[in-house]
Amino acid sequence: MKQAMKINMKINIKTKITQIILLNLLFLSSLFASDFKDDIKPLTSKSYKVKTEVINTLVEKHFENEKLSSLLKSMLNNELFYTKKDKTFVTLVKKDGKNYHTVNLLTSEKLEIMNKRMFKKVKTNNKLRSIIRSKLAQLNLFSQDENIRLESAKNIFKNINKGSLELINKALLNEKSEEVKEVLIKSKTILHAKFGTYEDQLNAVKNLADALSPQALQTLKEISSNAQQEELKVLALQSIEEIESSKSFYAFIEKIFFGLSLGSVLLLAAIGLAITFGVMKVINMAHGEMIMIGAYTTYTLQQILPNMIEYSIIIAIPLAFLVSAMVGVIIERLVIRHLYGRPLETLLATFGISLILQQIVRTIYSPLNQEVKTPQWMSGALEINDALSFTYNRLYIVIFSFIVFIGILLVLKKTSLGLKVRAVTQNRQMAQAMGIKTGLIDAMTFGIGSGIAGIAGVALSQLTNVGPNLGQAYIVDSFMVVVFGGVGNLWGTLIAAISLGELNKFIEPVAGAVLAKVLILVFIILFIQKRPRGLFPQKGRDAQD
Amino acid sequence: MEKRKPIITRILENDKGGKIVLSVLFIIVLYVCLANLFIPQESAFYISTYTVTLLGKYLAFALLALALDLVWGYLGILSLGHGAFFSLGAYCMGMYLMRQIGDRGVYGNAELPDFMVFMNIKELPWFWYGFDSFFITAFLIALVPALLAFVFGYLAFRSRVTGVYLSIITQALTYALMLAFFRNDMGFGGNNGLTDFKDILGFNLQNDTTRVSLLMISFFALFMGYIICKFIINSKLGRVCIAIRDAESRVRFIGYKVEQYKLFIFIVSAILAGIAGALYVPQVGIINPGVFSPLFSIELVIWVAIGGRGTLYGAIIGAFIVNYASTYFTSALPEVWLYALGGLFVVSTLYLPKGVVGIIAKLSSLKKQNQINNNTQKAANVTA
Repeated sequence: MKQAMKINMKINIKTKITQIILLNLLFLSSLFASDFKDDIKPLTSKSYKVKTEVINTLVEKHFENEKLSSLLKSMLNNELFYTKKDKTFVTLVKKDGKNYHTVNLLTSEKLEIMNKRMFKKVKTNNKLRSIIRSKLAQLNLFSQDENIRLESAKNIFKNINKGSLELINKALLNEKSEEVKEVLIKSKTILHAKFGTYEDQLNAVKNLADALSPQALQTLKEISSNAQQEELKVLALQSIEEIESSKSFYAFIEKIFFGLSLGSVLLLAAIGLAITFGVMKVINMAHGEMIMIGAYTTYTLQQILPNMIEYSIIIAIPLAFLVSAMVGVIIERLVIRHLYGRPLETLLATFGISLILQQIVRTIYSPLNQEVKTPQWMSGALEINDALSFTYNRLYIVIFSFIVFIGILLVLKKTSLGLKVRAVTQNRQMAQAMGIKTGLIDAMTFGIGSGIAGIAGVALSQLTNVGPNLGQAYIVDSFMVVVFGGVGNLWGTLIAAISLGELNKFIEPVAGAVLAKVLILVFIILFIQKRPRGLFPQKGRDAQD
Repeated sequence: MEKRKPIITRILENDKGGKIVLSVLFIIVLYVCLANLFIPQESAFYISTYTVTLLGKYLAFALLALALDLVWGYLGILSLGHGAFFSLGAYCMGMYLMRQIGDRGVYGNAELPDFMVFMNIKELPWFWYGFDSFFITAFLIALVPALLAFVFGYLAFRSRVTGVYLSIITQALTYALMLAFFRNDMGFGGNNGLTDFKDILGFNLQNDTTRVSLLMISFFALFMGYIICKFIINSKLGRVCIAIRDAESRVRFIGYKVEQYKLFIFIVSAILAGIAGALYVPQVGIINPGVFSPLFSIELVIWVAIGGRGTLYGAIIGAFIVNYASTYFTSALPEVWLYALGGLFVVSTLYLPKGVVGIIAKLSSLKKQNQINNNTQKAANVTA
């Protein structure tokens, strides 16, 4: 009997040991999030306090479990239920009369629970919901998707609070993306500066000198006015000063960028004019309307292909070129051809054409402004840092205008068409004698000039509203650019456009937008007195009228 | 010794077209004045006050066209900024009329015009001083445009900005002024301009007699403007001007100071334009920065082009034709007007290089040719 007892005990001990080992294993595995199922059980409690604690521990222990966020989400939406019988958690999918379609939270099995009395809702109150919300945001820090992590990190940075520190530290351990890390470290520094030990604070305040965000500035200001220790205060003030100076530096860069962007718009608008006016000596007052036609081409294209907004701009560029060029050629053949050598008459005739074109657009579309949609890839901004960001549409237009400029330069300098154009403009009779069809070349040149105006219209449609008066707004400016730069010189046009754009943007904050424009016009009028033929006048016999 | 003829007859001696245009205008104006005042309203011959004002406006515009023709037709300067001189004269007059309102404005402030009270301007800006007096105003109406023309012309002509460049710069000038006058804090009423005028020299602007008098004054101004222009053109100075128009470099090489001639004519033209503006305001009853717009200035070029550049009376005819068409179309077929105006620009430059006057001249010369042909034929028949 004793023997048997012993054996029995042995077995018992064995089972106990295995049990302990098993339990241990279980416990360990629970550390690695397999015991999620048990940890959520207490959510069935009625006490909100318990629920809050449960959620806190859940987030701490199971932040890598993907089920957790769906649990929290459904809880937030009051869609989390548990069955009365075995306390399985389900989420509500659809309520269909008395039928409740639900899904098992853990296994994703579909369940159809007919009777309302079979299950119970996990209730929440306002306080709990706000906790859930912040926890959810933090959870995203551990998402698989880098973009979600970045978003969440930015969110934490925006509403920074003491509780996030631990989480940030945890996230930093595993974070691989530099971008996300950077944002997290920014938050961490601020938190250190605010709540860290004195040592930490000193370090953080020093580090914050490199930061540019309003949060950092705010923190530093708080520290500089509230801190007890003199050293900390001084450091904070130094950092503030540093931030302010680098901020004004970035503001300066931003201003330069704005000037560049305005300049490139002017360049786009003026470059076609530089060809028709500079090369052909034709004053085309309808040039602005060529721009307008390009913009309306973009608009029409988007109306015809509403599903291809993303590509419409790309398609519109050659299309607008063709449409405007065609209109230009028609105008040249019908009217301007008869007026070569009579610049003042050309000016009047083309002005009449511009009136007619405007009225045509008013009749076909409407006198109202139309909105051209911006494709996804052109909206938003390129963020260099917290103080400096470039909007994509302006950035692309700057790049685009330079491409157009180089393109047109190449056409004029490297192609046989360009050679012929230059030959005709330099000496018409001689060119004719050499067998160049001058009439054809005239039409082509005018077409190219108009076509580029059309392209400018595509670019402008991304910046302003498209209306019948679009061209009018740019015609005087474009003429100023050409006159300022010097007729017949594309490089002059480039420099004139950029410098006028910069000048405008630097006067604007001092004098206001309208006065800036007036001052620039006055400046050009005075400039012309000094150099009547612009920055880069044509030299030699050709320059004499 | 032959008796000296009065100066006006001398000036108009060889100017058949001018004589015809001015006499026709005189008859029309006289009839309109008398018909408006003395014929009862029920009569078919009665002329409404609206027509009186309209005719007055046309006359002001004709004076403006005349001013432009002086520089464009005889000096070869295509100014696309004459609207600026017109507007400056108009604003001077407008400011005087604003001051005449006194405390009868909506806010009843005797010191400040309504719009200043509205815009929270506490004190009368310095450039409004002096506009209480009509004589100072009349002086300024000529002085302000003249000053602008002097400064601008001095700079432009000295550095020999010519042709298309000059046109574009004049356009930029009026554009800049338009932008400036649209600003509310300039103290000129911003985009609403100046309006709600009550009376001029104590006469109520709404009275028929005041309006008729303004019409007659406008005609007189146009007549005098014409005489002055003609006088300049017929003088030695005018000959030099025409020479400058046709061959500027040669005139300079001969030894004339081209800049001074240009400057003088430009200033005279600006003063005439300013006076035209001053006559325009009391009759139309409003002045706003819209008249500074490049469109208006370039439209007025087309008046001259349609009428016939370089004839003076052609400018008057053109101003009447285009403005009458404008009045007609904008009320009857507003959609069509811009097409028509645009078409006018194209057609007149392509097919009417000498304007309406050119056509008339051509027709009459054709007639003469026919007569001569007929006569010779008759003579031939007789001899046969």
